[in-house]
Amino acid sequence: MQDTLSILIAEDSTADRLLLATIIRRQGYRVVTAGNGQEAVRLFEQERPQLVLMDALMPVMDGFEAARQIKQMAGEELVPIIFLTSLSESEAMVKCLDAGGDDFLAKPYNQPILQAKIKAMDRLRRLQATVLEQRDLIARHNEHLLTEQRVAKAVFDKVAHSGCLNNAPNIRYLQSPYALFNGDLMLAAFKPSGGLHVLLGDFTGHGLSAAIGAMPLSEVFYGMTAKGYSLAEILREMNAKLKHTLPVGVFCCAVMLNLSFQRRVIEVWNGGLPDGYLYRPASGERVPLRSRHLPLGIVDPNCFDDRYEIYPMETGDRVFLLTDGVLEVCNQSGEWFGEQRLLDVFDSNRQPERLFEEIQEALVAFRGEKQDDASLIEVTLTKDGTRAPPPLIFSDSGQSCPMDCSVSFEFRAETLKRFNPLPYLLQLLLEVQELRAQGGMLYTVLAELYSNALDHGVMGLDSSLKRDALGFAEYYRERRRRLAALCDGYVRFHLDLRPQAQGGRLSIRVEDSGPGFDVQRMLALEESVDRYSGRGLKLIRQLADSCTWTDDGRSVCVEFSWSAQA
Amino acid sequence: MAITSLPSADGQELNIFIEGRFDFGAHQEFRNAYERINFTPKRYVIDLQGTTYIDSSALGMLLLLRDHAGGEHAQIRLIHCNPDVRKILSISNFEQLFHIT
Repeated sequence: MQDTLSILIAEDSTADRLLLATIIRRQGYRVVTAGNGQEAVRLFEQERPQLVLMDALMPVMDGFEAARQIKQMAGEELVPIIFLTSLSESEAMVKCLDAGGDDFLAKPYNQPILQAKIKAMDRLRRLQATVLEQRDLIARHNEHLLTEQRVAKAVFDKVAHSGCLNNAPNIRYLQSPYALFNGDLMLAAFKPSGGLHVLLGDFTGHGLSAAIGAMPLSEVFYGMTAKGYSLAEILREMNAKLKHTLPVGVFCCAVMLNLSFQRRVIEVWNGGLPDGYLYRPASGERVPLRSRHLPLGIVDPNCFDDRYEIYPMETGDRVFLLTDGVLEVCNQSGEWFGEQRLLDVFDSNRQPERLFEEIQEALVAFRGEKQDDASLIEVTLTKDGTRAPPPLIFSDSGQSCPMDCSVSFEFRAETLKRFNPLPYLLQLLLEVQELRAQGGMLYTVLAELYSNALDHGVMGLDSSLKRDALGFAEYYRERRRRLAALCDGYVRFHLDLRPQAQGGRLSIRVEDSGPGFDVQRMLALEESVDRYSGRGLKLIRQLADSCTWTDDGRSVCVEFSWSAQA
Repeated sequence: MAITSLPSADGQELNIFIEGRFDFGAHQEFRNAYERINFTPKRYVIDLQGTTYIDSSALGMLLLLRDHAGGEHAQIRLIHCNPDVRKILSISNFEQLFHIT
């Protein structure tokens, strides 16, 4: 690039041409000469000189036309053209510039000025070359970036909007079609017990960092949900994974829900997202679901706070979760939609099943043509919301299963305080191939048996407390208190698996250290429909082949039999 | 958006003033404010008096400063927050990590 600048001189007067060529050669440039415009154009095409000195008036083709053609051939590259002219009227000078000339030089030539102009034009030429080079570089980088973003988006979309989001009839969601890649994440999965886990997350930083974070997050969410882990355990694991994986400063604001259709309760943990709402259409009550925690991925695992809130739900009650994109939807004059407008939509709602549309309509009406990146999700407690989760996928053939064995566990106070044995028990039972299809049912039974033994047996909590919303809250407060204070007691599981002719039999016996209870009275009580209370005894009896209590209710045994499938 | 930093008279504190929007655009400038100084402050004061808006990338930047300033042991105060800024900080429960007034 640093080699000699080559200059084309187009001048019809031979004397002038020779003179000029000599001057310029002496200044150290390479020279090509032409006697008229046409020759100049031809030489330009052949030699590609970098700068042109052009006489305005020439035979065959004048300088103006030649300049136009040369500029066209040069394209984006700047080939400065300096007109040589004895014309002095301003009209002629304008004509030089209109034809694409960059400067002019009056005849007769003044050598220092000529040299200065050539140098100035050369600087411009180099500048333009640099700009073009950088522009192309940026374009290439941008192309590269866009490709990576597309890949990241594809990965993100696969993991961020998967699960049962689209086939759970009680979930509706809105994800702005404009947000190419806004880092918002929606996950939903049925639990083995038929309940539902839902997560709405919002990563800081869009693009790649969100995609990177979304992968471990969704893996933990789906994997642990399928295995029967609890909300708190899943949150802990997600926080630990993100803290470990993501750089400082990248985190995920999130709300996670655990909806139980059977127990008709919802557990909520909110770390960093705006208030969600539990809306009870029957009473018009609206319970804000506040952010009480740091977002996921910020604190060390040992400082993570997994405390969540529990609310009773009636059929038809709805939970709304949103990211700040909803509140920050902007109108033409730059105002935000904001919390108040959202609450106004709630207040003016008359048909609860229309509320989700009404919020969407309000957002659209407010923002007009503008774009947004809002995510909104509605989860309703429906009567028949329970769905069997898709069966777990096992990598083994199930040939080597622990048929014909019995195992016993005793979980004592310190363990009961902080350990959830259900996923382990379930995993063990699912080693038996014939039981795999029954995973959800087994989990439900195990979970009911365990919570009866722990809550009512070991801790002596009275389920009739849960008869109304107030008592309900009181029940869970008391449960937390007693669990923290627990220093003795046990829950025992005895699992017995036996092969039978064409099948097998599983019996689960659960014993607890509590005072026992009046089984007959409790069974009679549960027959009369009772709001939040009850021990799920009816459910257990429905699911199991047999269910018997002994030892004044301190010991319960349920049995399942199956015949081998052909 | 403009970010300026100023050491306290006793050289123990670094005051960082943030004017206008505190968002991803401020990333480099905010880092420069605490990295390109020739002393090691014991405490940091982020003055948000002139801050009109704060987004989640800004929260991330605050976490980066916290990391830089010693993580758990960092002493960082966020002062003069307007109600909007305050709200964003409290939704994320950043009171647990920073001293906010």
